[in-house]
Amino acid sequence: MKISERDREIIKFVQGDIPLESRPFFPLAQSLDLSEEEIITRIRHWQEHGIIRRFAAILGHYQAGFTANALVVWKINTEDADRIGMKMASYDQVSHCYLRDVPEEFAYNFFTMIHAGSDKQLEKLVEDMAWQTGIKDYIIIRSIRELRKVSMEYEL
Amino acid sequence: MNSLDRVDRRMLDIMQNEFPLSPHPYQDLAVRLNISEAEVLERLRRMKKDGVIRRTGAILDSRQMGYYSTLCACKVEAERIDEAAGVINAHRGVTHNYVRDHQYNIWFTLTAPSYEEAMAIIYNIEQSAGVKVFSMPTLKRYKIKVSLNMGDSDEDQ
Repeated sequence: MKISERDREIIKFVQGDIPLESRPFFPLAQSLDLSEEEIITRIRHWQEHGIIRRFAAILGHYQAGFTANALVVWKINTEDADRIGMKMASYDQVSHCYLRDVPEEFAYNFFTMIHAGSDKQLEKLVEDMAWQTGIKDYIIIRSIRELRKVSMEYEL
Repeated sequence: MNSLDRVDRRMLDIMQNEFPLSPHPYQDLAVRLNISEAEVLERLRRMKKDGVIRRTGAILDSRQMGYYSTLCACKVEAERIDEAAGVINAHRGVTHNYVRDHQYNIWFTLTAPSYEEAMAIIYNIEQSAGVKVFSMPTLKRYKIKVSLNMGDSDEDQ
């Protein structure tokens, strides 16, 4: 990707945590000799091109009240992946939904990441997903301890 | 657990799904919530301090950035988890890492500038930690949107 020094600075800035100030883009705009609007226009441009997936607040799941977080893995036929993928993706509580290339000894090839307010809610939800998709072979793999959670810092 | 009131929850829903990208985002948020900008900032600072908000900013797409990413799992003896975690977390491309209740008990995500670099990191982890790492790359992505529904959208008003 060809990119200017200014763009590099903007990308670096937005990958971090923008300041909790009335005009969060002002200091960057000043240092780059741009207007705040010009910076926002760049951000929107990258959003339109899918380089920036979202501009948003990222929450601490647990602290926000989502105390039951689990990876649920399903054993499916790959030819059913699209049908199942659409169904699973439609749940609000499902944040990630992927078909993966897995080792034979594991064999559960469809992955969903689920966030719920309690274990009971989580189990109910997974039962509903199983019912809706007809996939009965799954494992709920709960997270016991967080060893790391950060955002990737991409270098251009 | 932090107690979040109705205004907090509405604010979080907006911040997750339609962050107002403007020179004065918090002023825009204040108008939508019918409170002052000072109150918006005060609430956000509190939620930041309590860990409810981790950060506010852009989420970049690894593929669009030309990066390779994969989900890895390994089986580690319980007493060696911290040691293995140290080895794994030493790599900056490891962004999420969890101990989980499965025979594969450590699960981490790895993002690297290329497939080759990712494989080199995995090899390095296997050698240094003395564990076998199973890489489970994506064949097809159906959803990636971490937006926790706080249950107080504008439509509820």
